[in-house]
Amino acid sequence: MIKFDIQNLKLYYGDYQALKGIDLAIEEREITAFIGPSGCGKSTLLKSLNRMNDLVEGCRVVGKVLLDGEDIYGALDVTELRRRVGMVFQKPNPFPMSVYDNIAFGPRTHGITQKHKLDEIVETTLKNAAIWDELKDRLKKSAIALSGGQQQRLCIARALAVQPEVLLMDEPTSALDPISTGKIEELILDLKRRYSIVIVTHNMQQATRISDKTAFFLLGEVVEFDETENLFSAPRDKRTEDYITGRFG
Amino acid sequence: MKSRQRTKRKPLDLALAAVTYIAAGLTVAILLLLIGYVVIQGVPNLKLSMFSPRYTSENVSAFPAIVTTVELTLLSLIIAVPLGVCTAIYLTEYARRGNRVVGLIRITAETLSGIPSIVYGLFGMLFFVTALGWGFSLIAGALTLAIMILPLIMRTTEEALLSVPDSYREGSFGLGAGRLRTVFRIVLPAAVPGILSGVILAIGRIVGETAALIYTAGTAAEMPTLTGSARTLAVHMYTLSSEGLHTGEAYATAVILLVLVVGINALAAFSAKKLTRA
Amino acid sequence: MARSRFDEQLAQMQSSLIRMGALIETAIAKAVKALMTQDAELAKSAIDADDEIDDMEKQVESMCLKLILHQQPIARDLRQISTALKMITDMERIGDHAQDISEITLLLADAVYIKTADTIPQMAAETIKMVSDAIDAYVGLDREKAQAVIRHDDVVDALFTTTRGELLDLIRADPANGEQAMDFLMIAKYFERIGDHAVNIAEWVVFAITGEHKSTRII
Repeated sequence: MIKFDIQNLKLYYGDYQALKGIDLAIEEREITAFIGPSGCGKSTLLKSLNRMNDLVEGCRVVGKVLLDGEDIYGALDVTELRRRVGMVFQKPNPFPMSVYDNIAFGPRTHGITQKHKLDEIVETTLKNAAIWDELKDRLKKSAIALSGGQQQRLCIARALAVQPEVLLMDEPTSALDPISTGKIEELILDLKRRYSIVIVTHNMQQATRISDKTAFFLLGEVVEFDETENLFSAPRDKRTEDYITGRFG
Repeated sequence: MKSRQRTKRKPLDLALAAVTYIAAGLTVAILLLLIGYVVIQGVPNLKLSMFSPRYTSENVSAFPAIVTTVELTLLSLIIAVPLGVCTAIYLTEYARRGNRVVGLIRITAETLSGIPSIVYGLFGMLFFVTALGWGFSLIAGALTLAIMILPLIMRTTEEALLSVPDSYREGSFGLGAGRLRTVFRIVLPAAVPGILSGVILAIGRIVGETAALIYTAGTAAEMPTLTGSARTLAVHMYTLSSEGLHTGEAYATAVILLVLVVGINALAAFSAKKLTRA
Repeated sequence: MARSRFDEQLAQMQSSLIRMGALIETAIAKAVKALMTQDAELAKSAIDADDEIDDMEKQVESMCLKLILHQQPIARDLRQISTALKMITDMERIGDHAQDISEITLLLADAVYIKTADTIPQMAAETIKMVSDAIDAYVGLDREKAQAVIRHDDVVDALFTTTRGELLDLIRADPANGEQAMDFLMIAKYFERIGDHAVNIAEWVVFAITGEHKSTRII
């Protein structure tokens, strides 16, 4: 099943063309990794999948992004799109409020106000994010006081609280230590059973460890898109080979 | 060579260190001197009769002035804070960068904040007192001071909003929240401490203001009404000392003013703590 | 270049591998020369050479493992290093076979050879060429050459069959030839095995170039 069908997507920031006609099919319940040098368009493409690029002034999109066959730049409501396609950012960004309120923010945004329902959502999402045991006694404490790794897992839980179908992750472990990174990678692999996941990473080893498919970006284009094992053992394109083996340029 | 270098450098180090110590010491000394002088001159003159609700030419009670100060402060804040905060929200969260209106508002605010308070007083007198025919009144004074502190509130709020990390906004938008919800649920609460520091500064300016008030709220020493003339503690002090008949009471009033300012600031700091914890 | 140090270490590993290749080629050449000239001294030196080959195997192995540890190679680098690891096993076995041949040479040092036909030196020449071509193919990432080595195994196999037939005829002619014929058959078999190991090496070289081992993807 294809979750996201990206068809000839072109994206401009003012006069600058950041994406030059991307064609990509992202499978359901798979982890797709985007790799490539800085400024290659991988984060831009990730952000355009839940229209976070709308917030950037002068950003213009041509082409189609179909989510379950429906054009997200067409009739689909942005609020609904962002509920279905959650996002986790590079730096953990819990809101300066309690753990509970952080998780409840999304559901409240989408109209859930009954206390018992919110309680239930908070518990199940924290459990899904494998952080319930660590936080169950600290629900009313400020999320800012948590460690970086806990904050990031809280942010993943916060994204899960609105029951999304897709999780977009923009270098989710780049600010974390190896132990926290390991926990998040475990979590991502675990979440794969229920969600489609797209992850941007600068860490080749991370891409090889967790992703099913990998897309290599260069100068706003997808150079190669393949099973991760193929791409990292015998890439077809020389530019991919040069980049992943560190002989870029 | 080494030791020579050390001996060569040492005098300059010492001199610079001495300058900073002297500067800090001088500042503290001046402050202590000022407070000490006010307290020493004022406290012996504090009398219970100064807190009598009625002002007469024999008993120059400061009580009406205390009430006026509190009322005027609250009134000015009620007018200026929502206006200033909302303007700042518009400027930082809604207006597009490079928008002409934004530039105009910023230039206006900056100009306003550089104007001496007497000019506000003159404007207040010409517009509220004369043109609108309100006469010397508490409301004319409050509106004038509100205009005076508006740029301050606006600019501090703007800075506070700008210092809220964009990652909070991204997080909120990413969960499907709209701009309104993002601003009022996430950004504004995070900016409260910064906004409050602006409010505290504004309170300081209101409490200490005389020139602008003499021309708008007048100098009547009775218990204040919204449309009647009234004097704040600062104005009260000014009139007492310029009349020259009640110098002792003027110092006592200064002590009361000092205590009031400390009290208001403590309250503001306390509420800031409360608000940010929530 | 972004990974000059890595490239340098990779080149060092490869030059060790080439030296090991040269050693086994010499070992085969010595073994066959000692056999044909019944030179016991040369045979002994061929036997001693095996220790050096074993040392080289350990050295290359350690270099490869360190490269994996320090550089976590992927793609082409991963293929080249894992290929080297697989190659040295076959190369070490070739060295063993050269040693085995020389040991038989020592046994036959004083005997009068029943067989003078030149199929054995011919097998030696063919296998030396296969080994050296396989290693060249690795160094130059030359897929054509590697595949030529794989095809060339048929020549060695044919030579083995011919030798075997000749030895059978000798036994039929005089059963007393049997003992020596068995020794020569062993020697022929060792050369045939050397050819097989050269094919293994060539197959891994193809993997290093294409990512496919015997026409299937293994990662």
